Amino acid sequence: MLRKDFCVAVALLGAAVAVPPAVAARGRDYISIVGSSTVYPFATTVAEQFGKTTRFKTPKIESTGSGGGMKLFCAGVGIETPDITNASRRIKQSEYANCRKNGVDRITEVRIGYDGIVLANSKEAPRMRLSRKDIFLALAAEVPVSGKSGRLVPNPYRTWKDVDPALPDTRIEVLGPPPTSGTRDAFVELAMQGGCSTFDWIKALKTTDKSRFKAICHTIREDGAYIEAGENDNLIVQKLEANPRAVGIFGFSFLDQNGDRIQGSLVDGEEPSFDNIASGRYPVSRPLYFYVKDAHVGVIPGMREYIAEFTSDRAWGEDGYLADKGLIPMPAGERRKYAADAAALKPLVLE
Amino acid sequence: MQMNDKAQTTMDVVHRGLARRYRRERLFRRLGLTAVLVSIGFLALLFASIVANGWTAFQQTEILLDIDFAADHFDVDNLARANYSALVKQGLRQLFPDVRGRKDRRRLYRLVSSGAAFLLQKMVMQDTSLIGTRQRVWLPADDEVDMLIKGHISRVGPESQRRLSDRQIAWIDHLTALGRLKKRFNTTFFTAGDSREPELAGIRGAMTGSLLTMLVTLLLSFPMGVAAAVYLEEFAPRTWWTDLIEVNINNLAAVPSIVFGLLGLAFFLDVLGLPRSAPLVGGMVLSLMTLPTIIIASRASLKSVPPSIREAALGIGASRMQVIVHHVLPLAMPGMMTGTIIGMAQALGETAPLLMIGMVAFIVDVPSTLTDPATVLPVQIYLWADAPERAFVERTAAAIMVLLAFLICMNGLAVFLRRRFERRW
Repeated sequence: MLRKDFCVAVALLGAAVAVPPAVAARGRDYISIVGSSTVYPFATTVAEQFGKTTRFKTPKIESTGSGGGMKLFCAGVGIETPDITNASRRIKQSEYANCRKNGVDRITEVRIGYDGIVLANSKEAPRMRLSRKDIFLALAAEVPVSGKSGRLVPNPYRTWKDVDPALPDTRIEVLGPPPTSGTRDAFVELAMQGGCSTFDWIKALKTTDKSRFKAICHTIREDGAYIEAGENDNLIVQKLEANPRAVGIFGFSFLDQNGDRIQGSLVDGEEPSFDNIASGRYPVSRPLYFYVKDAHVGVIPGMREYIAEFTSDRAWGEDGYLADKGLIPMPAGERRKYAADAAALKPLVLE
Repeated sequence: MQMNDKAQTTMDVVHRGLARRYRRERLFRRLGLTAVLVSIGFLALLFASIVANGWTAFQQTEILLDIDFAADHFDVDNLARANYSALVKQGLRQLFPDVRGRKDRRRLYRLVSSGAAFLLQKMVMQDTSLIGTRQRVWLPADDEVDMLIKGHISRVGPESQRRLSDRQIAWIDHLTALGRLKKRFNTTFFTAGDSREPELAGIRGAMTGSLLTMLVTLLLSFPMGVAAAVYLEEFAPRTWWTDLIEVNINNLAAVPSIVFGLLGLAFFLDVLGLPRSAPLVGGMVLSLMTLPTIIIASRASLKSVPPSIREAALGIGASRMQVIVHHVLPLAMPGMMTGTIIGMAQALGETAPLLMIGMVAFIVDVPSTLTDPATVLPVQIYLWADAPERAFVERTAAAIMVLLAFLICMNGLAVFLRRRFERRW
């Protein structure tokens, strides 16, 4: 009996080794989507609706981050590569070039709405009123010496009060995303850069010495005041609740879902609310995108229909189901334009 | 007399030291006991926090509605096209006829899950005789309602900062008073795939994915591991070459699992062209990870078979293969199986290598073949832990409970096999 077992084992081993090449690439009947973890909650909602209301299979969505998604998306044309990639920032020139090099030369860009990046703290502490300059001064690795142009010192500020006498006298303790995150990219670009551009001599560098400008504005301090809290925004929310002195940085949808426990700080006098982000008054907000590989439309079933579902008013409109999930809709005019471009698969041209 | 004196002094020395030695022994024993108690304490704390967070997920708030499946709603040839959400809305309006105005009605409709319409659609498609009747149907409530009923979100505080308005809470209380809003056993959690709506999300997709992945892992790593162990232990000559292999197997057991994922991406996906996100590839990657564990355990259990058994068999004329297949393997099998189960239990809890091959993904449809896109239980936990909706917190904990139950069963089985079949010489 044992001999039989042994033979079976050997046969299985043989079969297992022989199987893989046989099942290798055949047709794919579902849409494969990769990309940003910020767009993930919205794309998955659309995918689920799409799967339930049409005869097509539910698309598969991987959360790889914007950069990782672009890399997979631009790897080439063919069913083993993704059809759509989500991004919490616009495609970069280098990524676009890489795409073209690999034969992905027709891409359609669809802007889906806006996301606000909020700075929030526990409700047990008073609400913070920050300006972008405060944010820069509190979090930059090096800050300018007041009054003197061209001189930088390692960030000397320990408490918020040091930054601005109007702010509370608590230690600067900010929980935020790591450098791999798209939220971090956008935060640095919108809040930090916005703050450092208030210093005229730094602003002037933008045209004269762009790399120095970036180094000053985009480098976050590493002396413990800024704590990299990982990609999990729920964790940041929990830590804020436990530590009322800390401030956290994350996407608006987490504030939206936890409004009873945490409060968003005012930035430049504006509250991070749905309406303020939609109207563009809240300064730290960014557009979200997805990119379509046009060569796959018509090859992978359901591509056109998925795009149509995403760009329909019942999804991304003011009362659409994505607004429930925390996506800030675009104005009606912009929606019409992007929906028309998406339906026509208008190719993206980066100059 | 002198001898007696001398003996007395030796005993004195012994006696003098005795108290100290007893004390030291007690201390040593207590130290060990404390270590055990502390680790049990931490384990209990972990379990308690998970169970406290997760047990509520096994119940789901549902709302009883009278649904009027009037015949004029349906087109017999195309049942899928009927407006099922209108039926749900109508059912709600009947209960609250005085709610008027678009905004208020929208708020009212939000009490019921957006998946309710699909549920009715499924009911009608399965049983067309429902058309033309009136039915009392329990439909899942929205996750916000569920969280309120379970006490995870508070009723107090300024209305603007709550996800549910005062009116909605009043409607909920009214429904509760009517007996039309109740917590019932959450079958969806065990029968559905992933969803972005917490009340519709389940672990069946992830569980099936785990099962398929583990099947591939077992089929690949067990025979290969046993064959390698038998060869290395019974046939291979001891040369620098086999020493090198042995060192490498031990090294492989200590390699971080993400490395196996990278290997899988580079070889299985890019060179062999296997599909992304498939349990087949996941199983192959995980079997690379479990192979060293199985080989090491199998070799240890082969080593523990006494040489006298081999010699006796050879002595009565058995061939080497007969010795191994008839005598050594059966005696070593319990140890091998224990090693395999422990290796599989490790693989069951793994997420890092699967990230690279695309199994960390949102997948709604339950996989049915080895090449369908799938995810596994620990990945599902990871994905839910990152979801903004509050109701996913308890579902995350509940999924952890299910995973822990599987792991305890597997490790229990390993202990049972060892107890039942292992022989000591």
